[in-house]
Amino acid sequence: MTASHDVLVIGGGGAGLRAAIAVAETNPRLRVAIVSKVYPMRSHTVSAEGGAAGVAADDDSLDEHAYDTVSGSDWLCDQDAVEAFVHEAPRELLRLEHWGCPWSRQPDGHIAVRAFGGMKKKRTWFAADRTGFHMLHTLFQTVLSFPEIVRYDEWYVTKLLVDDGRTYGVVAIDLATGRTETITASAVIVCTGGCGRVYPFTTNANIKTGDGMALAYRAGAPLKDMEFVQYHPTGLPFTGILITEAARAEGGWLLNKDGYRYLQDYDLGKPEPTPVMRSMELGPRDRLSQAFVHEQAKGRTIDTPYGPIVHLDLRHLGAELIDAKLPFVRELCSKYQNIDPVTELVPVRPVVHYMMGGIHTDIHGATPIQGLFAAGEVACVSINGANRLGSNSLPECLVFGARAGRAAALFAGLYGGRIPPAVMAQGRDEEDRLERELTRHLDGRERIADIRTEMQITMENGSGIYRDRDSMVKAFDELQELQARFADAAIDDHSRTFNTELVALLELSFMLDVAESIITCALHREESRGAHQRTDFPARDDERFLAHSLVQREPDRAGRRVRYLPVTITRWPPGERVYGR
Amino acid sequence: MSLYHRPIPLFWWLERRSYLVFVLRELSSVFVAWFVVYLLLLINAVSGGSAEYERFLDRSGQWWLVTINVIALVFVLLHAVTWFGLAPKAIVVRLRGRRVPPPLIAAAHYAAWLVLSAVIAWVILR
Amino acid sequence: MADEITLEVVRYRPELRIEPVVQSYQVPLREHWAILDGLTYIKDHLDGTLSFRWSCRMGICGSCGMTVNGDPQLTCATFLTDYAPGPVRVEPLRNFPVIRDLVVDIGDFMDKLPTVKPWVIRDVDSPVEEGEYLQTPEELDEYKQFSMCINCMLCYSACPVYALEPHFLGPAAIALAQRYNLDSRDEGASEREDILSSPEGIWACTFVGECSAACPKDVDPAAAIQRYKLTAATQAIKNFLLPRGAR
Repeated sequence: MTASHDVLVIGGGGAGLRAAIAVAETNPRLRVAIVSKVYPMRSHTVSAEGGAAGVAADDDSLDEHAYDTVSGSDWLCDQDAVEAFVHEAPRELLRLEHWGCPWSRQPDGHIAVRAFGGMKKKRTWFAADRTGFHMLHTLFQTVLSFPEIVRYDEWYVTKLLVDDGRTYGVVAIDLATGRTETITASAVIVCTGGCGRVYPFTTNANIKTGDGMALAYRAGAPLKDMEFVQYHPTGLPFTGILITEAARAEGGWLLNKDGYRYLQDYDLGKPEPTPVMRSMELGPRDRLSQAFVHEQAKGRTIDTPYGPIVHLDLRHLGAELIDAKLPFVRELCSKYQNIDPVTELVPVRPVVHYMMGGIHTDIHGATPIQGLFAAGEVACVSINGANRLGSNSLPECLVFGARAGRAAALFAGLYGGRIPPAVMAQGRDEEDRLERELTRHLDGRERIADIRTEMQITMENGSGIYRDRDSMVKAFDELQELQARFADAAIDDHSRTFNTELVALLELSFMLDVAESIITCALHREESRGAHQRTDFPARDDERFLAHSLVQREPDRAGRRVRYLPVTITRWPPGERVYGR
Repeated sequence: MSLYHRPIPLFWWLERRSYLVFVLRELSSVFVAWFVVYLLLLINAVSGGSAEYERFLDRSGQWWLVTINVIALVFVLLHAVTWFGLAPKAIVVRLRGRRVPPPLIAAAHYAAWLVLSAVIAWVILR
Repeated sequence: MADEITLEVVRYRPELRIEPVVQSYQVPLREHWAILDGLTYIKDHLDGTLSFRWSCRMGICGSCGMTVNGDPQLTCATFLTDYAPGPVRVEPLRNFPVIRDLVVDIGDFMDKLPTVKPWVIRDVDSPVEEGEYLQTPEELDEYKQFSMCINCMLCYSACPVYALEPHFLGPAAIALAQRYNLDSRDEGASEREDILSSPEGIWACTFVGECSAACPKDVDPAAAIQRYKLTAATQAIKNFLLPRGAR
């Protein structure tokens, strides 16, 4: 069976929904559809807590937001992209306000902004500490007002159809019925988010399996800067549930086992009773997570059954402030940790949170494959470089979701037309492959969960907060072995009706590819920058590596090659990253 | 795709107290209606003169009618109490920018009920 | 504390049987383990054929609603130790057709949601260049509670009216309509009036109150509905008494 659209958006999170609206607004005659493996309001944007950055206050400026972002990225972002981003972010956030987002307000009715890590000024818009939830539901409900936006809810995309350097659509499974279908489109926008689930301990939801990155990678698109994996310094032990940076922005302290604000030992400033911008607990995430590792090495963390932890102290903030600005933190602590942050210390440890890297795109969201666009965490424009600042990712979804939507609408308007027969053949081949996947594993010996768990441990050991050549080579070899074992993986479930085990199998296959791209990029980058810290190359090396890594499959899919693309520098030449002084 | 529709069990309303209260409350409408009919009969009797009224009183004293009316009273009380329980949800009053606490709204309803009952009692019994 | 607990999972596999059956699994009983952790343990180690939805495991995405020992619950926020020594019965959410195992069809809600127009409606849209629509914290408080709905469907599962009268719009959809009606930026209340005041709207609700008891986010949809009943009744009287211009 086939269906046909002009623009197809894969993923119904913040970027995907914003992109679909942009398409509908740019050209209402285009037939636009969103295909998502979950109902859009289940998308992982829902879990974002702290806020969305956009210059709003009188004492702030676009240049300062840009500089904070550039220095936060350890100069690896593209400055033209950052300038476009900071310029359009406030407008996008205002648009969301017009669509009904319940932003927290000042007493006079204007938008309220809060401090955030690595930001010199208060510029983070927030809806208490459920910002992502409110943004996602506002976008989803706004999408409902566009009857022309068609949705394929709970459809899982398994392949991008690409012929002669141009995309023509996807093959997807309708989970409820198990039916596979070729959905053709003149333009495809990938907005499937990140891949935190390739690691064992992550804030990411179960659905964050890097599907879009792998789809593009397999279709021949390069992935960019995949070695940069963000560890958020404050996740709850065991679950990995995120405790927002806003908790520190409102005045929370990080304490080691002696009750000492240990960040002062890591060139992050002096401890003050109230928060100081770009200092101590308001430093950037990469530096804070690295400080934790050093504390651990010094034996100053606390051992628990779920690994070493430090404490986040919010007690001095008081119940009133916590209930007003951090109600979700209190709810999560009470439900999942059985503690009340008003009176007790919150145990936290660094947790995999975000992929700075992703599908290589230009500042319009276009990938090197014609008609293929990407936006949000799945893409790498790059505004995040080697380390993303907290509260830049939500506006990134909006700004580049909208940009990709407009660019895709333009492309589809110009280059619609016939689908080559080779593409339809590809579609049929993929449908046949899925049929085989459902049955061929009858005699397999490996369990999906075992391979997945081993892959996650391999990734943590090979490309954690600190890496070196030996651990990465070992991880790379283990991944090759896991790929081989995957070919022998079993599934128990051969039903067509809502087969979540088949989905888990396909997701694992995607994750293995993404994991390989992360290790490959990390091995090649022989320097330390932002979230990529190598103990064997501890210094930043602008001579060789002030450049994006691009990893690409060889056409025969057997090998992969890495090349480098110079970083775009407009106004801020590379300098030292200074925090707390 | 063949979906499974769970049949609703015959005694689903016994599964939870709230469901039982809900069904009883729905049932109470029959008794509220009965009170209206009874009231109309009373008015008819009063307008028919004292003999007619006496006959009405005699009939009302029969055991089965008293039983029905006692049951009806219980149901009407249930209806009234649950109605008052609902009122604070429906009525949001703000005084000087602050929301009047819901229990106060419920209390106001009970107070009004008491006052009205007292007025009626005074009219009848004086 | 025993180190295992039994999960009795009600399973429906349309390709095998036309009726659901109960299947029991032994899972580890550990501190901090949610019902959902028990289910993923089954899926990963005991039986890969068990189907259920889950994603964020932090009570915000709304995927993992199921019936646990008869009550509608988010299984990521309901803990095994609270049910010790067990057994724990896990069923799909009530009042929805079951697709497979613990996965229900919520298409009915997804179809009804757009009919209440849950988006900002303005007489005149101001351009964003003119800045935000001002809204004081007090005005935000007016609707904030009703904006917390995560569409988890627990309220529909708890509602006997929805069970008996499938055309009923239901608690979450009405609460979301009220969320916009009460938003100071919205001017679309009159466009939502017909659907909300219809027999399938608020008047179908007989105030059982179970929706609010089941809600994991304290949205209190029952309050939203009762509040709108008062609004609708007042409006109906106004429409009857006043000339068009004065309403």
